[in-house]
Amino acid sequence: MNFYTDNTDIQFQLQHPLMRKIVELKEKGFADKGKYDYAPFDVDDALDSYNKVLEVLGEISGEIIAPNAESVDHDGPEVHDGRVKYAAGTQRNHDALVQAGLYGMSLPREYGGLNFSMVPYVMAAEIVSRADAGFANIWGLQDCAETIHEFASKEIQQEFLPRINKGDTCSMDLTEPDAGSDLQAVMLRAEWNAQKNTWLLNGVKRFITNGDAEIKLVLARSEDGTTDARGLSYFVYDKACGGVRVRRIENKLGIKGSPTCELVFANAPAKLIGDRKMGLIKYVMSLMNGARLGVGAQSVGLSEAAYRESVKYAHERAQFGKTIVDFPAVYELLAVIKAKLQASRALLYETTRFVDVYKAYNYIAEDRKLTPEERTESREYQKLADMYTPLLKLLASEYANQNAYDALQIHGGSGFMKEYAVERLYRDARILPIYEGTSQLQVVAAIRGVTTGAYLNHIRQYEKTPVKGEHEQLKKLLIAMTAQYEKAVALVSEKNDTEYIDFHARRLVEMAGHIVVGYLLLLDAQRDSAFEQSAAIYITRGQAWNNERFSFIEHFEPDHLSAYSAMKNVELP
Amino acid sequence: MNKSLKIVVLAKQVPDTRNVGKNAMKEDGTVNRAALPAIFNPEDLNALEQALRLKDRTPGATIHLLTMGPGRAADIIREGLFRGADGGVLLTDRKFAGADTLATSYALSQALRKMQPDIIIAGRQAIDGDTAQVGPQVAEKLNLPQITYAEDITSYDGKEIVVKRRLERGVETVVSSLPVVITVHASAPECRPRHVKQLLKYKHAKTLTETQESGNDYDTELKNVPYLQIPEWGVADVGGNEKEFGLSGSPTKVKKIENIVFQAKEVKKLTASGTDIEALVKELMANHTIG
Repeated sequence: MNFYTDNTDIQFQLQHPLMRKIVELKEKGFADKGKYDYAPFDVDDALDSYNKVLEVLGEISGEIIAPNAESVDHDGPEVHDGRVKYAAGTQRNHDALVQAGLYGMSLPREYGGLNFSMVPYVMAAEIVSRADAGFANIWGLQDCAETIHEFASKEIQQEFLPRINKGDTCSMDLTEPDAGSDLQAVMLRAEWNAQKNTWLLNGVKRFITNGDAEIKLVLARSEDGTTDARGLSYFVYDKACGGVRVRRIENKLGIKGSPTCELVFANAPAKLIGDRKMGLIKYVMSLMNGARLGVGAQSVGLSEAAYRESVKYAHERAQFGKTIVDFPAVYELLAVIKAKLQASRALLYETTRFVDVYKAYNYIAEDRKLTPEERTESREYQKLADMYTPLLKLLASEYANQNAYDALQIHGGSGFMKEYAVERLYRDARILPIYEGTSQLQVVAAIRGVTTGAYLNHIRQYEKTPVKGEHEQLKKLLIAMTAQYEKAVALVSEKNDTEYIDFHARRLVEMAGHIVVGYLLLLDAQRDSAFEQSAAIYITRGQAWNNERFSFIEHFEPDHLSAYSAMKNVELP
Repeated sequence: MNKSLKIVVLAKQVPDTRNVGKNAMKEDGTVNRAALPAIFNPEDLNALEQALRLKDRTPGATIHLLTMGPGRAADIIREGLFRGADGGVLLTDRKFAGADTLATSYALSQALRKMQPDIIIAGRQAIDGDTAQVGPQVAEKLNLPQITYAEDITSYDGKEIVVKRRLERGVETVVSSLPVVITVHASAPECRPRHVKQLLKYKHAKTLTETQESGNDYDTELKNVPYLQIPEWGVADVGGNEKEFGLSGSPTKVKKIENIVFQAKEVKKLTASGTDIEALVKELMANHTIG
């Protein structure tokens, strides 16, 4: 099995027209040609390299990681003497990816990376997640290298980055017992020790994925006496220096192969990344956007796995003298799973392309001044990326759960048993709308795009793109949905009440999301008719979903809110 | 060690007989090669892994692949390069065609005389013929010691090599001087995956014939990069007695091919113990009934 070559939808995204521009920006005029024997000569050569590397990753995912997923889920990691020991299958997965050179894909070649743009890297994350969503965390934490590369000093970059490709894993240590969604409350102390000429970290972190990693990025309070975000700085810690112990690992519902650690820092030496006090405000926020893209990829990979498991089962299982896929109740579920899968994938790569363009400009800006046009373009793409990332995290993670639920339902009683992979997918999916910012927090991030009209503006851009005659009907639906959305936004904003807006925020964000994603599928269908079915299903259902939301908002009176807010005073008998 | 160790891995491109579909055989009982994907013979991959491990711990060691076949067998050389080999030679010539094991080992041994390796490593046997003859025949022709059924090259001190053999009823450890021919058993560790940097470095590696056929801009540009050239050797390049190559050098004649229908004649009794079941599963996988 090769999880890349068997997936034409991923390959389709690699052929997106914007990819040529992304490659050109990322390769900075193919400056590495001749300097590194594995650097590409031109755009086509680079795209061919993406394709070939994804083939290797697809093979390892299909032949090694996926077959190990069941035992990894069963065995899980263990803690001995303050250190984590991966499940045997996890270690084998990791070793195979190290041997194949598949860590540090997006790092520059001078640090042992492949200098790949984000699109193929996110594709790799999607493919690994389809094989084992829990393992995808360990592999995906190489994202931390991106933060070091973006914000740390040259010395820190040279010390840590070459180790990624050699197989050192990472963790990002943010959460504490009393600082979850609210990271401003982080208390772990960082103190400068002049004698030892280093920062020393003391305190406790909780829920840290892959917490026993060789390289850790730690959010800590460097400014004594402060209590908010402005007192927090970001540090890099090397496990070889000692001072951090794994106190316990969590026993979880899903992604059981991914060790979730409680850590005790006792005079752990660390180096400051970038500037003091910018830890949460700048660096973690940036890292978080990358991590949310990662959860988007994880969600799409999991949806893909759920889709495939349910198609297989529905075609094998016979009841009442025919295979169950012949029943409308089953084929409808399957078609909707597929539409949500393709919808979330379309949104994933649209978002990733936006990230790719602005990040490439950021790196170019290190070497030379950007032209005014380039600066404007870079800023536009960054805005789009910031606007699309929470939408992606919200929709893709929720769809992954809906898909896992429906996929299990198609399996009937068998789906409830350990014999089928779908029960694991169902459990693994549940964390996706929670970590790296809950769905509720994604709405908080996305609602600005609703109130400022940013989503609407971009929807208008899509609207201008011509579509084939046979797709005009679908486009008309989207135009009608847009008008309805505008009306809904007006109905909510005219109350001029923040609590009222917050109450309806998710409905509005989702309405915008359904329209955006409807357009993305429609545009994909212009390039490949394979997306027509999902476009039609998603847009017509999207219309129904939006009608429901609109109807609720339209008939909602401000005094209805008290029936809900009464929960604030509820007491259990 | 006064000179760097030269390893040659003998590898064969074979039809994938492990995933046989309906069209695998033609009406006349011969293999329908067009219907089966061409792959790197599995035990030759085990052999390559042994070579790579030896190279990993022997500074300066080099690995070259040697394969005989049609033009497309250059894939075998590339697969080797992607995994860490340093080069390879494709033996390709109409005069090599129709070779049985004797003529094949003659052609290989002629090429090996030219390559002068210290260690020759091959898979025990190929899945299309299952003869396990070529490795030993090469050793005989070159008058070299041979170690068959190897599972692990345990050590190499610059002079002598120690090899663990997997035999029917146990293991045997043998020591040999160099040069030596080693054939590797499927119980040896699986080959490592392709390394993506090697893959990107060597993806344009081609034989001269392939470059001429491709008409691609890169290939003309890359013609002068030495490590991207895969040499093709014919009868003229390896020398020797022309009659001993190919069909004329092959005493094996296929008399008749029959389709066999398995019948339940032999009865084998198994207990419900884990050992017996595991042995059965291993046996069925080894003879490609399953897996």
